Amino acid sequence: MKTKKKLTLILYFLIPFIAVLLVKYSLRTSNDDYVSVDKKNNETTKELASVEGKMMLPDTVDFIFHVKPILSDRCFLCHGPDEGTREAGLRLDTEEGAFAAIGENLDRYAIVPGDVNKSQMVHRINAAEPEKTMPPLESNLSLTDYEKQILTKWIEQGAVWKEHWAFLPPEKKQVPKVANIEWISNDVDHFILKRLEQEGLQPSEKASKEKLLRKLYFDLTGLPPSLSQIDAFMNDDSKDAYEKIVDKLLASTAYGEHMASSWLDLSRYADTHGYQDDLERVMWPWRDWVISAFNRNLPYNDFVEWQLAGDLLPNATLEQILATGFNRNHKITQEGGVIDEEYRVEYVMDRANTTSKALMGLTMECARCHDHKYDPISQKEFYSFYSFFNKVDEKGRIDYDEIPKPNIKITPKEVKEMLSFINLPDSISEVYPMVMKDGAANRKTYVLNRGVYDAPTDEVEAGTPEVILDYKKSFPKNRLGLSKWLFDEDNPLVSRVAVNRMWQQIFGVGIVATSDDFGNQGDLPSHPNLLDYLAVTFREEGWDMKKMYKRMVMSSAYQQTSKVTPELLELDPDNKLLARSSRSKLSAEMIRDNALAVSGLLVKKVGGPSVKPYQPPGLWAETTSGQGLTKYIPDVGEGQYRRSLYTFWKRTVPPPSLMTFDAPTRDFCEVKRQKTSTPLQALAMLNDPQLIEAAEYLAQRILNQDNLSDKDRVETIFRKITTRLPAEEETNKLLAYLKSAKDSYKPIEDDIENKEIPNKETHAYTVLTSLIFNLDETIIKG
Amino acid sequence: MEEITKHFINNNRRHFLKKMGLGIGGLAAASLLDPFSSFAGNEAPNLTGLNLPHFAPKAKRVIYLFQSGGPSQLELFDYKPLLQKMRGQDLPDSVRQGQRLTGMTSGQASFPLVGSSYKFDQYGESRAWVSSLMPYTAKVVDELCFIKSMHTEAINHDPAITFFQTGSQQAGRPSIGSWMSYGLGSLNKNLPTFTVLLSRGTGRPFSQPLYSRLWGNGFLSSLHQGVQFRSGKDPVLYLKDPDGMSRSERRNMLDHISELNRKQEEEFGDPEINSRIAQYEMAYRMQTSVPETMDIDKEPEHIIQMYGADALTPGTYAANCLLARRLIEKDVRFVQLYHMGWDQHENLPKQIEKQAKDIDQATAALIMDLKQRGLLEDTLVVWGGEFGRTNYSQGLLTDTNYGRDHHPKCFTMFMAGGGVKPGFTYGETDDFGYNIAKDPVHVHDLQATIMHLMGIDHTKFTYKHQGRRFRLTDVSGHVVKDILT
Repeated sequence: MKTKKKLTLILYFLIPFIAVLLVKYSLRTSNDDYVSVDKKNNETTKELASVEGKMMLPDTVDFIFHVKPILSDRCFLCHGPDEGTREAGLRLDTEEGAFAAIGENLDRYAIVPGDVNKSQMVHRINAAEPEKTMPPLESNLSLTDYEKQILTKWIEQGAVWKEHWAFLPPEKKQVPKVANIEWISNDVDHFILKRLEQEGLQPSEKASKEKLLRKLYFDLTGLPPSLSQIDAFMNDDSKDAYEKIVDKLLASTAYGEHMASSWLDLSRYADTHGYQDDLERVMWPWRDWVISAFNRNLPYNDFVEWQLAGDLLPNATLEQILATGFNRNHKITQEGGVIDEEYRVEYVMDRANTTSKALMGLTMECARCHDHKYDPISQKEFYSFYSFFNKVDEKGRIDYDEIPKPNIKITPKEVKEMLSFINLPDSISEVYPMVMKDGAANRKTYVLNRGVYDAPTDEVEAGTPEVILDYKKSFPKNRLGLSKWLFDEDNPLVSRVAVNRMWQQIFGVGIVATSDDFGNQGDLPSHPNLLDYLAVTFREEGWDMKKMYKRMVMSSAYQQTSKVTPELLELDPDNKLLARSSRSKLSAEMIRDNALAVSGLLVKKVGGPSVKPYQPPGLWAETTSGQGLTKYIPDVGEGQYRRSLYTFWKRTVPPPSLMTFDAPTRDFCEVKRQKTSTPLQALAMLNDPQLIEAAEYLAQRILNQDNLSDKDRVETIFRKITTRLPAEEETNKLLAYLKSAKDSYKPIEDDIENKEIPNKETHAYTVLTSLIFNLDETIIKG
Repeated sequence: MEEITKHFINNNRRHFLKKMGLGIGGLAAASLLDPFSSFAGNEAPNLTGLNLPHFAPKAKRVIYLFQSGGPSQLELFDYKPLLQKMRGQDLPDSVRQGQRLTGMTSGQASFPLVGSSYKFDQYGESRAWVSSLMPYTAKVVDELCFIKSMHTEAINHDPAITFFQTGSQQAGRPSIGSWMSYGLGSLNKNLPTFTVLLSRGTGRPFSQPLYSRLWGNGFLSSLHQGVQFRSGKDPVLYLKDPDGMSRSERRNMLDHISELNRKQEEEFGDPEINSRIAQYEMAYRMQTSVPETMDIDKEPEHIIQMYGADALTPGTYAANCLLARRLIEKDVRFVQLYHMGWDQHENLPKQIEKQAKDIDQATAALIMDLKQRGLLEDTLVVWGGEFGRTNYSQGLLTDTNYGRDHHPKCFTMFMAGGGVKPGFTYGETDDFGYNIAKDPVHVHDLQATIMHLMGIDHTKFTYKHQGRRFRLTDVSGHVVKDILT
């Protein structure tokens, strides 16, 4: 009897679980995810496809949401924008093409709205004969039954066509009405809550004050709050206590440093040239400008315009020219024997790709060798865009001791007179950062066959992809004109892409999760109206970045707790709906900076030449050819303790402690970092001498304070590192650990001779602090 | 936009659930507890979720002995008596056929042909040609499968080596070892799936650098990056506990960390926390397993002698070969060696003697050692550089001295073990050793073949990044079927 009951009980739990699993499996489309464990085999999909079809086919099939992702991913490769590989004359990426007559006698149609029988597409996707099936077997692409039914039903329902959302200008809609009006802090919340209410979901409660404060500090400055800052906030009961902190942080220098940090990824900034022997370059004055521009809250349109075309502005200032260093951050080779033009072409490519990815969320580089396979960008258009960046009088290969041209000379005089934001040390009398200058204004641009430097075909003029926005006659055909075009009121991409990336920074994931791809293969926005609202508002407010960040962090959506129920986790694992706050991992820079800051080691100096903190010895030496930067010689003194954005970046051997925590290599533009969890990270957290040193320093400082009990000390350390007081249970665990550390302490032999150190207390507190550094909570915000 | 919203709302459940497949929630818990489903994990089928291998693999593991700089095929394996006969005569235009030259020789007034200074002979039952520079290798030719007809697209080191390792001349794509880690996962629970060992040649110790992106994960998860195993106290970065910390103290700390983390997990419900706990456990295991693997003290004398005395000097090619065998014994999936110094533009005879000596004995020993342990059957060994060298002299040709520039149009590689024909030679170059006469093998073909041996159809093994499905072999590559057993 008992056994039976047990069995029933197990079944009781198991059946819904199996049901959920079945649904989960069956509901997957083949829309690949990025996480490897998220992949699954097609067989299961096929087996269960019949279930899914019956269960989940939408009442109304929508082109943008249901149909185009399938067409783009499975059909465009042969029936898309690339004329060169288009099969059977059928093109499915334009309305005209999709409904056009096909076949030798032009008597057939792929799609006949409302008529499934006459629609060749339906026959071909369902064809039993392998030679007729679409997509063809050899493409390794296939459609699930669910996808076939979607396409069929769409045709049945009249095959309504819509243009790609991201290429239509954003529209600012009225903020939606919501029921739970008390929850609303600002307009952002209307959009978030509307969606939640439609789902029958509630937003989460507000995060604890400590958690919120910590998250805010990291999101706006990349640094943790100090104990006194925590106390001040905890004791401030005024209504605008939070807002005051927001304003204070936006006004702090650390804000600019933090924002610069991710702009450096996007700008593929580094301190070396990146190819082969990877010689040193001096671009840090440009980095200092970026920090300063953020801190001065230079409007985003100016911020970008100066970087793209500062040199072309009327009466350009030296500062505006310096800003164009943005497009000189690409790699440069000095490898003996390379063909100059081959590499010069690579640099121009890099500029075009970076500009398009960073500012427009487009993968234009796909049109280097042929028309884009997924987005309506022809190869010719790519080279027209490329042409804007093809006028620089530069060398493909530089000599070993050569400072690449064009550059500008900066001496203490320029710094004093007009570039006061540059932190030029007394020891340096001049620097020559690279800048843009169209010294080869007459250089012609040609389409390069297969993208190869020595295969020019048709000449092209500077221009932009037609599908995005016409290039007005009034715009000059140079980088300045390009900037005008980018910031034209009707440009559908630039503002959306910018606010999306800002959102990604604050909320962890963009409203468009693929912040680097707004094209046909990119994700759809989770809150399209919110994206548009923010995009238009950003422009209307004069591209005010601080104001935009403030809007985001002032929202109730931002201020929620990150606690999640199993149900919500099940329903929305990626937290697209924002019924809670995301529990995001700190960036590589934040992890190290946090340890330095809380221990008191951090040197808060802004800008200047990049620094060389500790890194494991030998990493440069073991890969060098003996030329250039052969040996990493760590700085002595403050260079050890600067914020991580100042760490010297050698591209072929990037800083290991940052790389371990998912920093990109800076070989090219990157707008989104990976967020992984690896054993190498665990090892670095446990054993990186910088973190051990920080732990020891913090431990010693706490021990130096008189009249504190172990409990006081443990609580203080914990609070410094995590911003909150430990719960009693946690304190007890930590105290128990402290005791065990003291008990097991054995002075190492060296220490016996060195009488200063044999200190049980220091040892025990150091390992305790190290333990707290290693808590999950420490590397998490929210 | 309105419609997007509407449909998002109607369909979000479907959409979200789709993501759940083996996502972070629910089911994934199992794999999260064993976070190395990619980096470690046991041989549970389909732990990566990729439905790989596509078919039964011939090889489970790879050792790739990368000879960085471009070893001269003409001095080592590709015997060209005509070049000796025509020594000093100019390379005929009819042979060169307008082939691109590097900037290092394009300005040369003449291109004097030069044959090998080293005597060639045929060895083994397979009668393979090997020069006197490689006496040990000559003894194992019946285990080797030579490809004499390799060719590549790049002519300079950086793009050429990047091309070999990632399938693209420009940086940014995952290394071949990362692809294997991603696709096939790990065979063991204590070591990284993809390990990297570096050594510096004595022929030209400072010639060509290496770049850590060569073993980088590109757009794949950083779980799949190559992990460098270095000589010295800290073989893997940050592996070593601080001085004075015992294993039990470390264990004690980790137990406390786990307990406190679990409490957070209870409170916040974030499954990532479980993953992190598991990562710490793997880290702890690595702290034992890595030094154990690196410690060759228990290797018997006859094994050391087999690899040569250099095997006792950490960081040498010979030591790395021995380590490679130890890593393979522990079921590491992909062991990547790089040996620097094969860039003989000038003083070739002097340099290449030392370079060859660095690697000859240990390479042969590795193959025979794997064989005697029964590991060669399912381990693929690959030997080769990023391109070949010209049949004419770079710089002045004298009685005793010459150099050779980069040559992408033909060069020699060899493989051994897991699924390739032993004692076999594939492809031929012309009598000038300049062009391929028969059966060309492109870099992408080689990559396709390596993947095939590992049970992967290279055309089907893709990763979608920024909307595009990327392959190691880009859009080309054919499996070289004739060399398969």
